[in-house]
Amino acid sequence: MLNGISINYYILLSTVLFIIGAVGVMARRNSIIIFMCIELMLNAVNLLLVAFSTLHNDASGQVFVFFVMAVAAAEVAVGLAILSMIYRNIKTIDTDLLSNLKN
Amino acid sequence: MLGYTITQWLFGILSFLAIMFGLMVVFSRNPVNSVLYLVMTFFCIAGHYLLLNAQFLAVVHIVVYAGAIMVLFLFVIMLMNLNEDTEPQRTWLSKIIAAVAGGMLLFVLVGSLKGAGQLGIAQHGSSQIGLVKNLGRVLFTEFLFPFEIASILLLAALVGSIMIGKKEIN
Repeated sequence: MLNGISINYYILLSTVLFIIGAVGVMARRNSIIIFMCIELMLNAVNLLLVAFSTLHNDASGQVFVFFVMAVAAAEVAVGLAILSMIYRNIKTIDTDLLSNLKN
Repeated sequence: MLGYTITQWLFGILSFLAIMFGLMVVFSRNPVNSVLYLVMTFFCIAGHYLLLNAQFLAVVHIVVYAGAIMVLFLFVIMLMNLNEDTEPQRTWLSKIIAAVAGGMLLFVLVGSLKGAGQLGIAQHGSSQIGLVKNLGRVLFTEFLFPFEIASILLLAALVGSIMIGKKEIN
């Protein structure tokens, strides 16, 4: 029990948030929305890491979440730079139209 | 209140809001609205961190995600001038296939993780590990090397995004 809440509920909540992110990645065509859904999936995993870290009374999980946040920030910065470059060149970020890397 | 403690009420409300806003991120047609709903989801997750006694992570989460990353998203969306009219839509068939695939993944994950509470873990009540003092001690002793590597990663991302984003001169 974490302050009276079973770990099962945290697992359920993280799973549902992760699935929402996964469905978003599959169902949308806008690259920026897909990026945001990836962020949502990362956050679901972070939430579960923090819950288990509190459950085991071990700080490693929270340190790991800290590193995940750093990597997510780096990923978003590079990814959005690539997307804005693509938009500048071909005027769209629709994933169905980004079928070739050469132009 | 109805046999639940205040923490359980807060957990339920925050979970409901997080899932609702998460669904709105996926279903909203306007990308700007999606970003704002995602910010609300992040605030709900920060509330969960506070419930789990991870104050440091809650603050960092709000500062990094709601403060920095989502502003970056908003900037890029407004730079590209995206709105409902330019939003590409998948066909209904592929949307239904995505929903069915997600539902099956949910089924499998929930089914396989259902028994995790009966693992026989030693369970603690109010932990102090999420406070800045304790987390900082672990971060700067046990995880000092990964911490420095993370700074190099951020520097590389900084240089890389500038290199990618700048206009080519020739």
